[in-house]
Amino acid sequence: MNELLRAALVIARRDFAATVFSKSFLLFLLAPLFPVMIGLIFGGLTMTAGRGDLPTVAVVAGEQDFAALAAAHERAQSAFRGAPMVQLRRVEPAPDPDSLRRRLLVSEDRPVIAVLEGGLAHPRLTGGVRPDGSAAGQLALMIDHARRTAAGPDAQAIPLVVSHTGRSSAVVASQRTLTARAGQAALFVLTILLATMLLSQLIEEKSNKIIEVLAAAVPIGAIFLGKLLAMLTMSLLGIAVWVAAGAAAVALIAEQGLASLPPPAVGWPVFLSMAVVYFAMSYLLLGAIFLGVGGHASTAREVQTLSMPVTMAQILVFAFASLAIGDPDGAIGLGAAIFPLSSPYVMLARGAELPQLWPHLAAIAWQLAWVAIFLATAARLFRRSVLKSGAPPRWRRRARA
Amino acid sequence: MLRQAQQSADIGSLAVEATDLVMDFGDTRAVDGISLQVPAGSIYGLLGPNGAGKTTTLRILLGIIDPTGGSRRLLGRGRPLEAARDVGYLPEERGLYPAMQSREAIAFMGALRGLPLAEARRRADTLLARHGLGDWSRRPIRALSKGMAQTVQLLGTLVHHPRLLVLDEPFSGLDAINQGKLERLIRSEAEAGATVIFSTHVIAHAERLCERIAIIAEGKVAFEGSVDDARGRLRPIVRLRTRSGDGPWRSALPAAARCDNGEWVFELPEGGPEPLLKALLDGGAGIDTLAIERPGLHDAFVAIAGQATAQAMDEDKVPQA
Repeated sequence: MNELLRAALVIARRDFAATVFSKSFLLFLLAPLFPVMIGLIFGGLTMTAGRGDLPTVAVVAGEQDFAALAAAHERAQSAFRGAPMVQLRRVEPAPDPDSLRRRLLVSEDRPVIAVLEGGLAHPRLTGGVRPDGSAAGQLALMIDHARRTAAGPDAQAIPLVVSHTGRSSAVVASQRTLTARAGQAALFVLTILLATMLLSQLIEEKSNKIIEVLAAAVPIGAIFLGKLLAMLTMSLLGIAVWVAAGAAAVALIAEQGLASLPPPAVGWPVFLSMAVVYFAMSYLLLGAIFLGVGGHASTAREVQTLSMPVTMAQILVFAFASLAIGDPDGAIGLGAAIFPLSSPYVMLARGAELPQLWPHLAAIAWQLAWVAIFLATAARLFRRSVLKSGAPPRWRRRARA
Repeated sequence: MLRQAQQSADIGSLAVEATDLVMDFGDTRAVDGISLQVPAGSIYGLLGPNGAGKTTTLRILLGIIDPTGGSRRLLGRGRPLEAARDVGYLPEERGLYPAMQSREAIAFMGALRGLPLAEARRRADTLLARHGLGDWSRRPIRALSKGMAQTVQLLGTLVHHPRLLVLDEPFSGLDAINQGKLERLIRSEAEAGATVIFSTHVIAHAERLCERIAIIAEGKVAFEGSVDDARGRLRPIVRLRTRSGDGPWRSALPAAARCDNGEWVFELPEGGPEPLLKALLDGGAGIDTLAIERPGLHDAFVAIAGQATAQAMDEDKVPQA
């Protein structure tokens, strides 16, 4: 193992130096201009797709008042024909309304955006809503409609009193979902941008016949691992530059600087560390496959032909992973976390949504095991089908017989 | 010093041992039951026509590929890559990273074989200076001539002081001067105690350098032994000029004797030179000149490789059950 690692580091050092000290590395550093645009478009689309409903409001009211409000909600829903509507959930009034309101606003089991109290006579809305926001506007309309239905068209209009308290549990959940989506999209864009480069990593060695010198000196597995590590290090260097530039831009542009970004469940420091680790895992997993697939190509043209199907496969994996957002403990969430290629995406999103850390340790160990499996398989296939080593597999011998 | 101590211990042992190696590429059998024994400290030649299976055999011995059948031991190791730190390999198709500096290319190959990078760089500088390439050490490989690049690759093969040097067609592409240099270098490595195996289809190099050879044809070992043994496969050639055009002495010549421009050329008969000489003198040949030449390795190679090829073709004609 030590010898394999030593040999891999010799290969990695050469590849890293050859890449970073080339003129083309400057172009590489400018590359994110393109994925940033894709990321913005992707982010916009996924956010739009996620806006099917506005979050839920807890209505602390008696059954009669809630029934009138629910009827008004139903009518509004049919009138607005599928437009995003705030959802209502009745809560039984309690002797200590202040305590009930606080409890509702921080509940993570059944998160609400705000609490409506005072019945139809003195409606007060408290929570993470703004007086001029769509949720408050919709509720004011529903209350007015319910009052007119109950007291007749001459009923006096009573304004809805809105108290904005900042973040409620639903607002936090919504922001975390946003962070999860943004994290996943960034991870996907970086991986698709960087890991695909591994397809062409063995072309130089094959076309210059250096592969013979390498294969006679070190195991093929060490060559593959070395190339993976070199490109990963080069990618992390690029990402460090891009993140620093991006953070500086956000700090300059956003009103409250970096603090304006929605916070993940595990906190920013842990989340950013996770992002680095999961990028590395995603890169190593996909990279090992790409290296194995690309190792069979002998020319740049063959690599180009291969790059489209592997990019499509990556998009499928990303789509699978994005289904888990919002329900990381559901069947799809767990399935995507177990499937090795989507696991890093899903686990990063989970870090944004849920605070537990132990699943991440398990996931990283799981992903590392699969990196080893993918690398060993890629190296074995390369020896067998490119170097033409060893006896043909048993099934082929049987078929020939 | 360490290499010499190790090589003293190697004396009498086998640097390479291959038993019944078989390699199939699809339906083609490239290597067909090759067995070799290369004594430690010797210069060993692998001779054969193009496509005979020399390169495939070397690749199997080095562990680049695993054989379909058979076994091999390299410097006492069953897994060749375990001996990689003590092996230097120059492939037939030369390969270097074009953008790499000469000294970095040599140091990289040394580091691959286990040398610390700083030590590998130091040795690379020394080697380049010793071979007249000191001024080119910081130049990229792509700026070097073909001969220079080949020298750089050869130095990369030697930088870690290997106990076993495997050179696949090392003389191809070199001019006469560089071929001479390479021959001297191979000799000096052997004198330093290294085992050298090289493949070639140019017999003259093997004749000058090798103590032992294997002649490979159609994937099989047609001959394995010393150069003298190979020559011994052919009878000496007699070249005779007589003053007499015809006479009883003609009966002393073998039936296959031929006459080119008045010179008779034939294999020395079984009885040796003395009975031949007596018969010629008694028969009134009037000997003008008589020379008995020992056959060269080239003659032996053509005879052995040609014979094996014919034999293999005959085997192919045998109908399969």
